[in-house]
Amino acid sequence: MKGTVLGIEGTAWNLSAAIVNEKDVIAEVSDMYRPPTGGIHPREAAQHHAKYASYVVKGVLEEAKQKGVDASDIDAISFSQGPGLGACLRTVATAARMLAISLDVPLVGVNHCLAHVEVGRWKTPATDPVTLYVSGANSQVLAYRMGRYRVFGETLDIGLGNAFDKFARSAGLGHPGGPQIEQFARNASNYIPLPYVVKGMDLSFSGLSTAATAALKDNSMEDVCYSFQETAFAMVVEVTERALAHTGKNEVLLAGGVGANMRLREMLDIMCNERGANFYVPEKRFMGDNGAMIAYLGLLMYDSGNVIDVENSHVNPNFRPDDVDVTWIPRDFEEVRQS
Amino acid sequence: MNLTNGAEAVVRVEDGVLIKERVPKSYRLKELDERIRKERTKAEARLISEARRAGVPTPIIYDIENSTIKMQYIDGIALKHVIDDDLSEQIGILVAELHAAGIIHGDLTTSNLILSNDKIYMIDFGLSFFESSVEARGVDVHVLFRTFESTHRDHERLIAAFCRGYRKEFAQADEVLERVKEIEKRGRYA
Repeated sequence: MKGTVLGIEGTAWNLSAAIVNEKDVIAEVSDMYRPPTGGIHPREAAQHHAKYASYVVKGVLEEAKQKGVDASDIDAISFSQGPGLGACLRTVATAARMLAISLDVPLVGVNHCLAHVEVGRWKTPATDPVTLYVSGANSQVLAYRMGRYRVFGETLDIGLGNAFDKFARSAGLGHPGGPQIEQFARNASNYIPLPYVVKGMDLSFSGLSTAATAALKDNSMEDVCYSFQETAFAMVVEVTERALAHTGKNEVLLAGGVGANMRLREMLDIMCNERGANFYVPEKRFMGDNGAMIAYLGLLMYDSGNVIDVENSHVNPNFRPDDVDVTWIPRDFEEVRQS
Repeated sequence: MNLTNGAEAVVRVEDGVLIKERVPKSYRLKELDERIRKERTKAEARLISEARRAGVPTPIIYDIENSTIKMQYIDGIALKHVIDDDLSEQIGILVAELHAAGIIHGDLTTSNLILSNDKIYMIDFGLSFFESSVEARGVDVHVLFRTFESTHRDHERLIAAFCRGYRKEFAQADEVLERVKEIEKRGRYA
């Protein structure tokens, strides 16, 4: 694999541009949209991205230049094509198209979920993992099988991070909710039963979030936060374990912003230990949304001829990971691994 | 004799009685773990009995205790070894009866269908639930078709035979079978 790719991430609140080659991240510049109060407002997030797009792109080009990589060395431009907030996606896509045209290089439309998986495979020893991807908007269990990343289980309503945020907002905690909930949970003394909703391989968090909010009436913040975490994490770990059993794979990769939670990591670690599977967590900068992962999957796709014309580069707010033809993994990958 | 070791339960047979035990998960809080295993065990036993009431042969439940079910061991041969058009049509009838009763099996494979004394038994209701949506029924049938495709050479004929049986017994069959095609295109539930 060869090449240098500039990628731009901007599906939600983090606008981030990075330049990578097959060896490492050469440069990365990010600017986060921070709402003054409450959660992410899609229009304001998109306005933020529009305002700072040239700042992150110029910044990343400058940083790369200092390391001896010029704009003329860039082989392709990649961008997060979805899933995400429509207005944010369109803003980032516009910036990417302009760059591709002005540098006269191909454009690559990247699926945001798969970028999380691939950056994990790049930056940890995982080769063929079951991935638990838990973020604000997304909660999925993914694994590669016969030319596609299959979704083995996913949320039927909101993402786990979003469930935490909703609860945090009603409880008067700030945004994002996850880190504060984790903090309160450490000083809890009781578990309060909350709805545990696993349907086959799928998950549902919205009822759980509502029940946690209602439980605040008669219980301490500490106990509710603790019970919310214990219930929600047990659900995602269960589905991850089922996917391991079903696929026969022996690696688990954690991805997404909620993966920063230490209790979730501990639970996954226990489950993997008991099944004899290896558990991998990338370093923090590659867990949440970042430009490097978009640039890296962009490189894999560029290298396997998976590029798009500007005319066909529409964004897709509901872009499913199992819609992507995985051109960058050799077709005999599974046979080779089994033999 | 240990039959299967899934992610959730261990199954053994003692004196013709099948004992299915949901094993504790130490990653889960003990209190939560016990609650889930108990609830699911109860639900599974209930679904097995409800299915039989709807006309689907299933094992007889002898006893439920915490997270363990004791039930009749169906001594027979898994359909995956003997399936033909005729049996596939009979499966279609059984699944239609199950769905009409508002039950989704959740793991319909030719290994979970046992031929015993010329009767087809449905086993392993560990992932079953009550639901009457077209989507849930479609996924149920889709999972079965996938096992036809991955293990049987004549899968197209088997699928056609299944559909004959399913349509015979179930007024909403066409809607469900139409959804199956759509689910297939999504490439999920692999």
